[in-house]
Amino acid sequence: MSELQERSVRVGGERCRVWEKGRGAPLGFLGGLRGLPRWTPFLDRLAERRRVVAPSLPGFPGALGHDRLDDVPDWIAATLDLLEASGLEGADLVAASVGATLAAEVAAFSHATLRRLVLIAPLGLFDEREPVADLWAQRASELPSLLSARPDRLEAALAPPEGEDPGEFALSLHRASEAAARLLWPLADLGLAKRLHRIRTPTLLVWGSEDRVVPPSYAKRFASAVSGWVELRQIDGAGHTAEIDAPDAVAEATLSFLAGPGVQAR
Amino acid sequence: MKLLWFHLMPYTELPEDFREKHPSVWVDIDSRLFDPRRAHSMYNEFMDELEHAAELGFHGVCVNEHHSNGYGLMPSPNLIAASLARRTRDAAIVVLGNSLALYNPPTRVAEEMAMIDCISGGRLVAGFPVGTPMDTCYAYGQNPSQIRQRYLEAHDLVVRAWTDPDPFVWNGRFHKLRYVNVWPRPLQLPHPPIWIPGGGSIETWRWCAERDYVYSYLSYFGYKAGLATMRGFWAEMDRLGKDRNPYRAGFLQFVGVAESRAEAMRIYREPAEYFYNRSLHLDPRFASPPGYSSESTIRARVGSQVAQAAARQASGEGALAQDFASIVERGYVIVGSPDEVADQLRRVATELNVGHLMLLLQFGNMNRELTLANSELFARRVMPQLADLFDDRFEDRWWPRPVPREERAAPRELAR
Repeated sequence: MSELQERSVRVGGERCRVWEKGRGAPLGFLGGLRGLPRWTPFLDRLAERRRVVAPSLPGFPGALGHDRLDDVPDWIAATLDLLEASGLEGADLVAASVGATLAAEVAAFSHATLRRLVLIAPLGLFDEREPVADLWAQRASELPSLLSARPDRLEAALAPPEGEDPGEFALSLHRASEAAARLLWPLADLGLAKRLHRIRTPTLLVWGSEDRVVPPSYAKRFASAVSGWVELRQIDGAGHTAEIDAPDAVAEATLSFLAGPGVQAR
Repeated sequence: MKLLWFHLMPYTELPEDFREKHPSVWVDIDSRLFDPRRAHSMYNEFMDELEHAAELGFHGVCVNEHHSNGYGLMPSPNLIAASLARRTRDAAIVVLGNSLALYNPPTRVAEEMAMIDCISGGRLVAGFPVGTPMDTCYAYGQNPSQIRQRYLEAHDLVVRAWTDPDPFVWNGRFHKLRYVNVWPRPLQLPHPPIWIPGGGSIETWRWCAERDYVYSYLSYFGYKAGLATMRGFWAEMDRLGKDRNPYRAGFLQFVGVAESRAEAMRIYREPAEYFYNRSLHLDPRFASPPGYSSESTIRARVGSQVAQAAARQASGEGALAQDFASIVERGYVIVGSPDEVADQLRRVATELNVGHLMLLLQFGNMNRELTLANSELFARRVMPQLADLFDDRFEDRWWPRPVPREERAAPRELAR
């Protein structure tokens, strides 16, 4: 397996970091609520088999520019710009949480952009009877166990790497939180429900059985609304941050879906 | 100096076990605690108190805006201000203010304030706060990452609506209006004085200096806690080459006056403890939505006072003072005889260099009798000792300019 490489691309005049590791056909990754503050065991698993390309969305660690994005079309355009600039047009894409929301939007808007899609607990729908948690009205001490069923693993994923300024690192996480809020405030309902039928990209939906942010029942709502081939995979014992809580299980599900035969539009 | 009478309009009958039984006074406060029949009395008493303050000679009466809040019963301060415009004659009507980003289109604010300015004969001060996170982001669902951008655009729109004599097109980032043409127009020219209630952000200080607006620091934690913020403000004014005219600034202070300090300590204990225990019982969940504070503010580690209060509450360290002795010791509330209070306030005004002192003479569950006594003692025996401060050296360029008194309309009984 190759070493982690870093480059940058420009989106709307701002530099966005792109991390890359592994060999083979490119596999894109868009991070979750805190973006990708450091490389993760999940991506290492993927990079054993594929060339993982992980660009940073505006406002998430490694990229600025979220404050110029005002509405859903702005975010979709920025995501398309980022995927194209990173060489991910027509590639497979894995995306988590807020990243998965944007990946789903992109798939709904543009059929040509993605080959296969793996969505880990996407936000974007809201059902009053089973509401999505309010991510921005939590006591700091309670947030890790809301997001993750393995808070120790989440803590490791959000710990400043050696040699990095802890203050700047903390600010980058705060900025990510703001960027997510900028897109999703207040209910995380972007009107995606009206567009889901346009998704024809073969899709794997991955959901942690212990997701306390977006209840696992949302997987069925999501799956029943899209038009393309869709598979569901529940990850036992994982929370909203399933790829952090259970990296091996989510990587295995992802790689076997992407390598799997016979996916056809239904 | 200017001495202004400020009403928060607190709900005065939160239960004794409010802190233990309820998570927050704000946002998700239990509406079953609200008795509209009691609120009928409270509103009328509060409005009496504001009118009484104007009659006593306070230079201005102040109202402000809160939403889903058990210590502020004015979601629309403009309603109270409209009534005050009719029921008072000389006092400035200081609306502190309208949270601009909450109104769509923001020209609604330009219209209502122009109405108040016309009705009152030009006595309005227009306050434009961003608004707290609890009010704006949670109770009103505004996006914390956009609220400052929206606020600034709304400000630009309102000021242009007041000053451009022709209809114009507004093609803003957040607002698109084909016809902006505010009617009625404000009486004061070019527009009513603008005051900006704010926390301690450097951007706000710079913006006030650039626009020549009054910066009002509305702290619930008194002059000792306010000193650092006001020093920061004046240091920034120095850097920007602005003069140290104290009328560039406003400051809020709780005050309780009695014949003696011992008596003051006795009679103001209950309402002060009510305020700092029940009214300020905030759930820290609602204190700091991401993006509400700018990155430079976070870097400077100057959170909003509410965030600080919530953080203090959450950590239990350096917690908010809740017993009266500490409340007084930390300067949240200034109490004493008229002479003692006058001495202290002179020192506060001088040290903080603040020309507009806003006084909370009703706070917590203070009843009408005590409120009136506090206001009267202040007006008769404290105010005369302070009123001349600063006036020999500085001009208040930020005070309303009403039509001359003899030309001002007054309510008239028409029944025969």
